[in-house]
Order: sequence, then structure tokens, then C-alpha cells
Amino acid sequence: MRHRLDIDTFREIGDSLFRNKRRTLLTGFGIFWGLFMLLFLVGGGNGLKQMLSMNFEGFATNTIVIISSNTSKPWKGMKEGRYWQLDRKDVERLRTLMPELDVVAPQVSNWGQTATYKGNSSSVSIKGISGDYHKVEAPLLKYGRTISEADVEQERKVCVIGKRVYNDLFPEGDDPCGRYIQVGSVFLRIIGVDYSSGNISINGSASESVMMPFSVAAQLYKRGNNVDIICMTGKKGVKMSTLEGRIRSILSREHLFDPTDDQAVMVLNTEQIFSIVDNLFRGVNFLIWLVGIGTLLAGAVGVSNIMMVTVRERTVEIGIRRAIGAVPRDILSQIIWESVALTLAAGSTGIVFSVLILNVVEALTKHQAAFQISFWTAILAALLLSVLGVLAGLAPALRAMKIKPVDAMRDE
Amino acid sequence: MLIELKGVHKTYDNGQPLHVLKGIDLSIEKGEFVSIMGASGSGKSTLLNILGILDNYDEGEYHLAGKLIKNLTEREGATYRNQMIGFVFQSFNLIGFKTAVENVELPLFYQGVNRHRRREAAMAYLEKMGLTDWASHYPNEMSGGQKQRVAIARALITHPEIILADEPTGALDSKTSVEVMELLTRLNREDGVTIIVVTHESGVANCADKIVHIKDGLIEKIEDNRQHHSSVFGTKTIMK
Ligand SMILES: Nc1ncnc2c1ncn2[C@@H]1O[C@H](COP(=O)(O)OP(=O)(O)OP(=O)(O)O)[C@@H](O)[C@H]1O
Ligand SMILES: [Mg+2]
Repeated sequence: MRHRLDIDTFREIGDSLFRNKRRTLLTGFGIFWGLFMLLFLVGGGNGLKQMLSMNFEGFATNTIVIISSNTSKPWKGMKEGRYWQLDRKDVERLRTLMPELDVVAPQVSNWGQTATYKGNSSSVSIKGISGDYHKVEAPLLKYGRTISEADVEQERKVCVIGKRVYNDLFPEGDDPCGRYIQVGSVFLRIIGVDYSSGNISINGSASESVMMPFSVAAQLYKRGNNVDIICMTGKKGVKMSTLEGRIRSILSREHLFDPTDDQAVMVLNTEQIFSIVDNLFRGVNFLIWLVGIGTLLAGAVGVSNIMMVTVRERTVEIGIRRAIGAVPRDILSQIIWESVALTLAAGSTGIVFSVLILNVVEALTKHQAAFQISFWTAILAALLLSVLGVLAGLAPALRAMKIKPVDAMRDE
Repeated sequence: MLIELKGVHKTYDNGQPLHVLKGIDLSIEKGEFVSIMGASGSGKSTLLNILGILDNYDEGEYHLAGKLIKNLTEREGATYRNQMIGFVFQSFNLIGFKTAVENVELPLFYQGVNRHRRREAAMAYLEKMGLTDWASHYPNEMSGGQKQRVAIARALITHPEIILADEPTGALDSKTSVEVMELLTRLNREDGVTIIVVTHESGVANCADKIVHIKDGLIEKIEDNRQHHSSVFGTKTIMK
């Protein structure tokens, strides 16, 4: 007697699947839908994560940004609600007192300004930055260079413009370096164009900024020694969150506020933001797999159920097979292979379909992010499917095995 | 002796036990043509199913070609059915989603015969049944007589020694009934196949050389019918 898996066995399985199309389609749909949903959600989640991460593009992951704010606690006879201001001395102090810091970059800014060039104008935010600011927020230079230490020291009237500003002022789109744009009453020579699309809005996003030397901006807007924000990055291996307390205490000593007054200094720690986003997406991912695998399992249970009904409907057919010489193992393997073939075919269709849809989504979002699932995700899904196929076929196959040859005689 | 039954009992137990066969003794020689008659519910199909190893019995002994058929493994049972016995049923029992030729070759599939030789053999038997043109038709496209001839071709393809037929003409009109019975008679006369037919129709029974009458699970009498005078309607017709 035969016990081989050969082309005939598969032809037999193909026949019973293809010649009962309605039954097959009905059974396969659950698996198709489950796999489609799982992969679509996984791909979609990855794409969304990438799109969100783009907001932080260029921003060093170990940055602390501090901004002065009203005090919220009385201190040494002074009432709460007092305003104080960061200044250039704080920059020096932090540099000397905290050797763990790599960059201490002061910034002054002025929002809602207008830049013009030959009749074109653009509303911009001005950022006066130090020569080492590029280590905090890496620019994506399309043309030219960034603001240097020398620019700051010599108070050169130069600027780097963001992408949107460039598009507004130079619609024809050539290299603008060396041209002069007007901001308020001064003319600034363009030395670079920053195409970075980062969207961390600590002082307006890079794309709508005009960045000039810190010294020039301070003079232009009559800030004296004042500083709006200070950005700091740590040296390699330094965890910025551990430095927060010392930064607060250095500033509180100098500016006379309660060192425990958390509201007096606004501290933004990108490390925290990144970890929040990371955790968020870890959670989202977990949900996606939970829902996806749930749907898939439901599909498999569906396959199992429908095959169960099918086996009952096929009692006479199976009885006939037994009467003319099939052994229980023939029946068992036929039902399991039918289930596996069905699951794989329906599942592959689900994979292909989800890849197609994800491609469409990617095109609709103008290829900003990769929504596509990885090759290995697809392989994993396929493996999962085969296992599911066997499991789904098991119960119906065991029932089919119990059908006796004498059941062939049963009239329907 | 090809078939030998001694004191065979069978009780169905679906909640309430039903004693159907109450001690059957029956011997059938190789090459005999036997028919089994009896009232509805007398246990004819039950007996035939036991003879075909489709079902088991509770008491007694059944020897098939000298081998005691009792507590066989599924595999042994399947092998005997596949190689020694061909079945023909009242409701044809063809597989609906398979064509005539695919139905006929199925027993060979379970023997592991390759596709090409299976197809060849199946076509040869369909030709014998005059159904060459119907080979690639599905059962629901064929008449009852054609379906029964496909079923006979399927029963014959493994060269069985025995053909068991449970009311093979039960769903056919008198003309096709005659054709089917002539076919079975020829198989018996020319190829020496042992044939056992369960029937209600005296015309059908009259084709056999021996008529076994069953009543209430016991053999009432065994009638010698070598003269074929049993039918009240004459020898060459089957009255419906
Ligand atoms: N699988 C079964 N379970 C329980 N009882 C059964 C089963 N098969 C048959 N019977 C009962 O056994 C008795 C004999 O049945 P069987 O089919 O052998 O009769 P039969 O002589 O073939 O009748 P008919 O001429 O109507 O086909 C009947 O009373 C029937 O109801
Ligand atoms: Mg019967």
C-alpha cells in the first residue's frame, strides 16, 4: 500500500480544493484577512513610527535644553512668580563647572520676522546661534556651510536659511550663497541652506529659520547679555538626565531661586522624549501583533470549523474512499494537506495583497517613510501560517479518520 | 470455500440494542452467483457489509479465502477490500467532483499505481462498459444506468474475486436493470467472478444460481436456482 507524498497526492488535494470553489473560498477568506490585517498593521505601524521619528531628525539624542521661567516658590524673602533671565555668564559657568558637557550653546531668537529678497518675502523666525550649535542639531546642508566660531567672534552679517525660506525667496532654485537678504533693517549674506526637515520646535523648526551668529542677533535685537535658551549635549557616555539636578542648582545659586523649584527652569531632555516615543511605539507594536495574531488565530479557528463541517458533509465521500482501499492515514494526510494548502494559498494572497496596499500607502505619503514590511517579517508570517495550517487541519482530520467504510452506505 | 460464515451475530447498539443477525451460516464457493432476498429490515445490507469487511460482527466466524476475518487492523481490512472485493451500491456512490474516469481509477490510486497506468486501465474498463465517450463527464451529467456502469467499472478495476452489490438496480428502470444484470451475469460466466447481489426484485434474484432468503436475521432457506425459473414474471425480464 502507498504511503508516499507524490504529485498524485497533491493533484488529489488540488482537485478537492479547486472543484469545490465556493467551499474553498469561504474557508480561505479568514486566513487571507487575518494575514492581511497583521502585515498591514505591522507595516503601517513602522511607517508611522518613521514619520514621527522624522520630527527629531538631526537632533542629538542626548540634548538638554533649558529655558528660564517664573519662579513658583518664595526664596530668601523674594516672592514667588519672579522672572529671571539666562545670560552669557551662565554659559561660561556651565562650561567650567560641568566638564561632562560637550557643547554649551546659547541661543537668542526672534519670532515672526520677515525676510525679503528681490520682491519675494517669507515669514521667518530668527535664531542667533553659536558656532558649535551644529553639534546639537545637525544641519542637512544643501548649499554652503554653517555658522562658524569665527562668524560669531567677528560678528559677521551672514546667515543660513532653512528649506522653506529658501523655497519662498528663491523659487527658481539655484545656489543662493553670496546673495543678500533683508531681515528688518539689516542685510545678511547667505552662506548656506539647511534642508533639514526636523520639526523639534524648540525655537521654531529649522525649515523656517534664518540662522545668524549669536553675537549679531544679540546686537540686532538689543539683547545685551541675555540668552533665551541654552542647549547642552553631554560627552560620550554621559547620561543627561543625571545632570539635570546640578544644572538647576548652579543656576539657582546665581539667580537666587529655590533649587527645588522645578518650574523656575524649564528643562527639555530629548533623551526622555525619545524614550517616550520609543515606549509608545513598543506599546503600539505589541497591540498590533496582539490584534493581528488574534485575527489570524480567529481565521485559523474558522478554517478548522469550516473543515469540520466539510468533513461531515464529506462523510460518504470519505466512506467511499475507505471502502475502496484508503487507510485512515491516507484520509488524515489528505485533510491536513488540504488545510495546509488552503492556508498557504490564502495566506500568500494576504501577504501579496498587504504588500501591494502598503506600496500604495507609501506612494500616497510621497515616500516620506518606509511602510513596507521586511522580507523576514513575511518569512515569519509564512512559517506561522504553515504551523496554523497543520493545527487547523488536525481536529477535522482526526474526525475524518473516524469515518468507517460502512459510512459509504449511508444515504444522504 | 471462498466465503464461510459460521454462527455470525450482529447487534447494533444505538442506545437500545438491536439484534439484527442472529446466527448466520453461509458458504459460497468461488465463481458462484448468489442473490440475497428478504423483507426490508431483515438484515440483508448488514450481512453484505460484513461480507465486504465494511463492518464488523460480534459473534461467530467469517473466513474469507481461508483467512479468519476478525479484529483486522485498518490496514489489513483496507488491503482485502482493495484487492479482493469490488462494491456496487444502490445509490452508485461515485464522488461528485470527480469525472467518470477519475472515479474508476481511484482504487488504483490507493494501491499506488502511477497515473499513466491508472488512466489506461480505467479507460479500458470504461470501454468495456461502453462509456468511452463519457469518461470526462461528471456523475451529475450521467443517467442512472451510466452511473451504475461507472461504479461497476470502478469495482472491477482491481480485478477483485468477489463483487458485492447492494440493490444495484434499485434506482434504475427495468431496461437498464436488465442491462446491468446482464453485465454482472457475463462477468460471472466469462471471468469467473464471484457475485453476491442483495435485491428485492425477483427478476434480479432470478439471474443468480442460488437464492438466499433471509428472515428476521436468520437464513430461512437457500434455493437452488440453476434453472432460473424463480421469477414469476419469466426469465428474461425484470418487472418493476
Ligand atoms: N448503523 C446502524 N445502526 C443501528 N441500526 C441499524 C444500522 N444499520 C441498520 N440498522 C438496523 O438494522 C436492521 C437491518 O438493517 P439492514 O440495512 O441490514 O436491512 P435490509 O435488509 O438491508 O433492509 P432494506 O431492504 O430496507 O435495505 C434495520 O432494522 C435497521 O434499522
Ligand atoms: Mg439494505
